[in-house]
Amino acid sequence: MNILFTHLIIMANFSLNINGKTQQIDVDPATPMLWVLREHLNLVGTKYGCGISQCGSCTIHVSGVAVRSCQLPVSSVGNQSVTTIEGLSEKGDHPVQKAWLEHDVPQCGYCQAGQIMTASAFLKNNPNPSDEEIEAAMNGNICRCGTYTRIKAAIKTAAKTENA
Amino acid sequence: MTIVKTTYNRRSFLKSTALAGGGMVLGFSWLASCKPTPEQVLNMPKEWFTINGYLKIGENGMVTIMSPNPEIGQNVKTSMPMIVAEELDIDWNSVLVEQAPLNTAIFTRQLAGGSQSIRQGWQSLRMAGATARQMLKEAAAQAWQVPVAEITTDKGVLTHKNSGKSAGYGEMASAAAKIPVPEEVALKDIKDFTIIGTSRKNVDGLNIVTGKPLYGLDYQKEGMLIAMIAHPPAFGLKLKSIDATSAKAMPGIKDVFTIKTFNEDYEKSAFDNSAFTDLVVVVGNTTWEVMNAKTAVQIEWEQAPDTTTNMSLFGRSMTLNFPAGMENTDSHNAKMSELAAKPGKVVRKDGNPEAAFKKAVKVIERSYSCPFLAHNTMEPMNFFANVTEDGAELVGPVQTPEFMERSVAERLGMPLEKVDIQMTRMGGGFGRRLYGHFLTEAAVISQKMKAPVKLVYSREDDMTMGVYRPSYHAYYRAALDADNNLIAFHVRTGGIPESPLAANRFPAGAVENYLAEDWTIDSNITVGAFRAPRSNFIAGAEQSFLDEVADAAGKDPIEFRLELLNRAQENPVGENNDYEASRYAGVLELVKEKSGWGKDISNVHRGVSAYFCHNSYVAQVLDMVIKNGKPVVQKVYCAIDCGIVVNPDAAINLAEGGVVDGIGHAMYSAITFRDGVPEQNNFDRYRLIRHSEAPKAIDVHFVQNNIDPTGLGEPPFPPIMGALANALYKATGQRHYHQPFISERQVVG
Repeated sequence: MNILFTHLIIMANFSLNINGKTQQIDVDPATPMLWVLREHLNLVGTKYGCGISQCGSCTIHVSGVAVRSCQLPVSSVGNQSVTTIEGLSEKGDHPVQKAWLEHDVPQCGYCQAGQIMTASAFLKNNPNPSDEEIEAAMNGNICRCGTYTRIKAAIKTAAKTENA
Repeated sequence: MTIVKTTYNRRSFLKSTALAGGGMVLGFSWLASCKPTPEQVLNMPKEWFTINGYLKIGENGMVTIMSPNPEIGQNVKTSMPMIVAEELDIDWNSVLVEQAPLNTAIFTRQLAGGSQSIRQGWQSLRMAGATARQMLKEAAAQAWQVPVAEITTDKGVLTHKNSGKSAGYGEMASAAAKIPVPEEVALKDIKDFTIIGTSRKNVDGLNIVTGKPLYGLDYQKEGMLIAMIAHPPAFGLKLKSIDATSAKAMPGIKDVFTIKTFNEDYEKSAFDNSAFTDLVVVVGNTTWEVMNAKTAVQIEWEQAPDTTTNMSLFGRSMTLNFPAGMENTDSHNAKMSELAAKPGKVVRKDGNPEAAFKKAVKVIERSYSCPFLAHNTMEPMNFFANVTEDGAELVGPVQTPEFMERSVAERLGMPLEKVDIQMTRMGGGFGRRLYGHFLTEAAVISQKMKAPVKLVYSREDDMTMGVYRPSYHAYYRAALDADNNLIAFHVRTGGIPESPLAANRFPAGAVENYLAEDWTIDSNITVGAFRAPRSNFIAGAEQSFLDEVADAAGKDPIEFRLELLNRAQENPVGENNDYEASRYAGVLELVKEKSGWGKDISNVHRGVSAYFCHNSYVAQVLDMVIKNGKPVVQKVYCAIDCGIVVNPDAAINLAEGGVVDGIGHAMYSAITFRDGVPEQNNFDRYRLIRHSEAPKAIDVHFVQNNIDPTGLGEPPFPPIMGALANALYKATGQRHYHQPFISERQVVG
């Protein structure tokens, strides 16, 4: 191991647009947004599940698109708007959040922020999805408790209220 | 109306206290009303506690019910307070539920009750609510100078009809606190329930959907460092040496060192189970920095010798052997097949099975197996520890805090009372967090760093650390006579390192000649309880086998089971049969009715299964269709008898989850080994069921009765694996014997 090489992590300053606020941080540019949010900005609603974009627990919106934050280096975000579960709505009243409560979806609840972030970005682009489209959109989000049938029902309810 | 004594055993204990600003607190013990069976003892401490819950009635009439039990997704934080609120006779909207802190003046012990929470807590929770209500009534009777018997309650309001007087609970709470705790109280009639049996939303719902910090991994404290561990990459290896020069020089890194999880002379409890107890530790400022530095530590591993470990479980000593060597799944499977072909240790024998098999007209013989599984709670193992000279403060997700308190105290050389453990909501448990080695590790690291530390496992660390669901095998043999009657049944099971046999369960008791045997194989791969331990394999194997036996007998699979259950009901064979045949038959009858069993639906292939474990009965029918050449689970009908259903919608949610989780594990999941190395270390290679693979619909029904409630975290999970295999056979013509079905190469038949 080349010791000099391991020292070559140079901190850099980033100005990020998170949940409508500008935030300044000094970090290694390779740091994934997941850890920037959780450990530098104290936004712990975004969850660590796998670190390799396989489980979806860390899903956030970047310019309105659902992205796995565990493999998104902070340096690649620039001035795009970032939304986390904490910023999805002011009072937890986003139609997807309301539908989640109506269907009482969560069991342990750990994966649900990621599920909600994927679902809300999806519904924005596809306000009236078929069952197959919901399944395809949600397939990257794992729930070990097995709440999939409720998640699907909640997404359909949210689609109805958004379209109403 | 049922009258119960408030002091019916030494563990039931109620204590009333006045609140400083007005109002009352009634401390009580829940989970104290049943004597545990040996199986339940796993979820309970040896020494019970005096008070572990309370309800508080404020001056304003708001009722706070403290939930001392950690929530792992099974809804106890909502459903247990519902039981208290019912007997208190209060509007559910006036109830606040709070997670109890640990080691306050009020609580002396806390634990995760596992699947037993509702069953164990039922009587005590009702009694607590009823006692507070009685004391409020007596306070009102004294204030109004009227007989207490004339006072009625409704939704938090006390009324004396004749005088027209009424008062809210809050107004009487201070006075009620001074009333001596009554020696006996009346419980409501079940028909008068207004909260129990009605669906109430998860009390943490809003916090979950808005991303509030609820979990152990979310916990933070000023000055807190992050620690990660490195453990051997293979079972059969141990730590030899490290060179941390490069890693220590990396940004944000505070230290790199090795730890021993336990002292040399420490006698472990079963919950200290851990394969790797010499660990490399990297500590730094942030998780990302620590993750990077971990890859820069040069670590040498060496072969571990044969070891023998003594473990105590409630005073019972067990000796576990961990043989040296690097194990392989192929050789595991070969060894299991070899032992399955030989006689095992006889656990139960009724009649004369040998003679019956000799005179049989048809003999059906089949073998089933399943791999090791990792729990894969979505929140990986983690714990916060802050160890100072004054004591140890620990915060995080654990199902066995009382056991871990002892482990930590012994390891740190501190008295028990200096160790505080606080529980957070858990991102899944499934049994994994019964084994709390990570608490001890966090404590040792904090002690060494002289700083608050949060220990974080990466997904890879978590998945390759052991404590797996064991790999199991089951061999079955059944004998039919000329009239297609089942005259003998033989089950021989084993596993690495334990057998899944439940010798007294169905069809024991229903067959004249019955033989149950088992065997085990030692291994250095550690195992632990996994959602419905042992049942999580044996249910599916047995129910697949019964399907084939019914087929060979030319009988409908539900009718075949009902005939056997009828025999067990009318004229049971042997003793100690561990099920009630009528309730077992009841769930089969219900699922038969709800699924419209017997009707041919075009392109729908149906499998049925039923099982009893963890005190509840479940029967399932799984409908499969072939879509684009692929089997798709169209619908699952699930019939459950768990007695009174406290919170129906939450109960349905748990049952749906059990069905999805069961299909997923039978179909896709496995941990396999190559030279001791787990071949799956993250979700790219470890397959968990995903949205598109879940049933398109799940229809859950409950048997309506007034039997005291039993749990639901586990019972719906095991049988679905049998229904899945049986439906797959109908849909594809292929029987499935070896999980995970997706990778099954072998066709037996």
